[in-house]
Amino acid sequence: MKALKTSLVRYVITCLALAATQAQAGVLPEDRADALYFRYDGGGVVINGPSVLLRKSIGEHVSVSANHYVDMVSSASIDVETSASPYEDERTQSSLSVDFLQGKSTYTLGYVNSDESDYKAKTMFGSISHDMFGDLTTIGFGYKRGENEVFRNVKDADGVVANDPAFAETMESQSFNVSLSQIITKNLILAGQYEVITDEGFLRSPYRSIRYFVDPLTQALAPEQYPNTRSSNAVSIRAKYFLPYRAAIDTMYRFYTDTWGVLGHTAELGYVHPTNNEKWIFEARVRYYTQTAADFYQDIFPRADYANFMARDKELATYNAITAGLGATYEFKIARFPWLTKGQLNLRYDFMSVEYDDFRDATFSIGSFGVPPDDPLAPGTEPLYKLNANIIQFFISAYF
Amino acid sequence: MRIRGWFVLGALAVLSAGCSSIEPWVKPYDRENLADPIMAFSRAPISQDFLDHVFESREGSRGASGGGGGGCGCN
Repeated sequence: MKALKTSLVRYVITCLALAATQAQAGVLPEDRADALYFRYDGGGVVINGPSVLLRKSIGEHVSVSANHYVDMVSSASIDVETSASPYEDERTQSSLSVDFLQGKSTYTLGYVNSDESDYKAKTMFGSISHDMFGDLTTIGFGYKRGENEVFRNVKDADGVVANDPAFAETMESQSFNVSLSQIITKNLILAGQYEVITDEGFLRSPYRSIRYFVDPLTQALAPEQYPNTRSSNAVSIRAKYFLPYRAAIDTMYRFYTDTWGVLGHTAELGYVHPTNNEKWIFEARVRYYTQTAADFYQDIFPRADYANFMARDKELATYNAITAGLGATYEFKIARFPWLTKGQLNLRYDFMSVEYDDFRDATFSIGSFGVPPDDPLAPGTEPLYKLNANIIQFFISAYF
Repeated sequence: MRIRGWFVLGALAVLSAGCSSIEPWVKPYDRENLADPIMAFSRAPISQDFLDHVFESREGSRGASGGGGGGCGCN
């Protein structure tokens, strides 16, 4: 039996070695630079900012990618409207990653630093991908670890916003993912991914409140109470098909479930259409998302101490969302810059519409920013909340 | 035990690819369409990363989307 095991191990090692060496070398991502301006406007929140991405190879085996991204947030969201005053904040995210290509394998290491006045995040990640079976199949494995610090901003007597010295929390996050992409025919490619994420620490917002009945016509607010762990599983499959007249259609489905009881489905359909003169590429995309509420979510709780865990985060409610987008890309070359393989001007617009099944617009009973409504509705009878958002992106890409 | 047997058999079938030298059924010279830039799952990573962040900040679901990053941006 031992001899059989030994020979089996030798067989496996030999086959893996042959599978790895018989094919030709893989390829690194192409060199490019992108500069993006974006604007998100919806639900009382406006976020805009730039993002710059540079990817450059060094020699034949190394490619470096750097990204700098800024979110400038001006928020008067429904949560802020019912429990605080509008605020402005800025989040800056910088990342650096390096790809090493060795034979058919690519090893990636990276680091992301995200900084805002009340939230600091450091994320390290690494991944391995390997092309096999004549480059028809690529398998990948990735690991990510994040360390986050959560603070709470308060206004002092002069109206100056600063971190509350009595509040500082931490949160750690880990993620494992495996992926597989497979060429099926000369026109069809499939890709699948499975990811497990675990969080531990302070997982709620330090600002958001739940509401509860004091009596049938009166409500009061209290801080949310969350579990300090969360584990999630997500599996996705996507397909892309090359149509006979040089266009592409793609589709994606993702199933999500976690230990908080949220169960989500995401589906997407996209179409890419280049023009015959190869100057323009048009793209249309529609995305549908639906989820069930977390076990400890309620729009309004029966009493203050109703349960150990209580949330009123609308992202943990039952809702569905549709996002539809259109994009246009104009491709050009500049004779004076022969090093520029190709340039692109891109414009993309998305419209997102979200309808909540169990999150009500509490401004009808509580009011806005401390000002009660003229004709308040009874708690729990307000209309269900809806959110529409416009998302615009303009970006320039250069390939060299 | 039976399941383990099937698993070992399946693993051997996959690993034997190295020894039996599977012939790719889509030859390299047949991959012109697949190599077309319009066939990339994400044509513009900078745009996809931004949209992934928009969705992840506003949805209960997360993961298996190919994106990365950190921070909250969720208030």
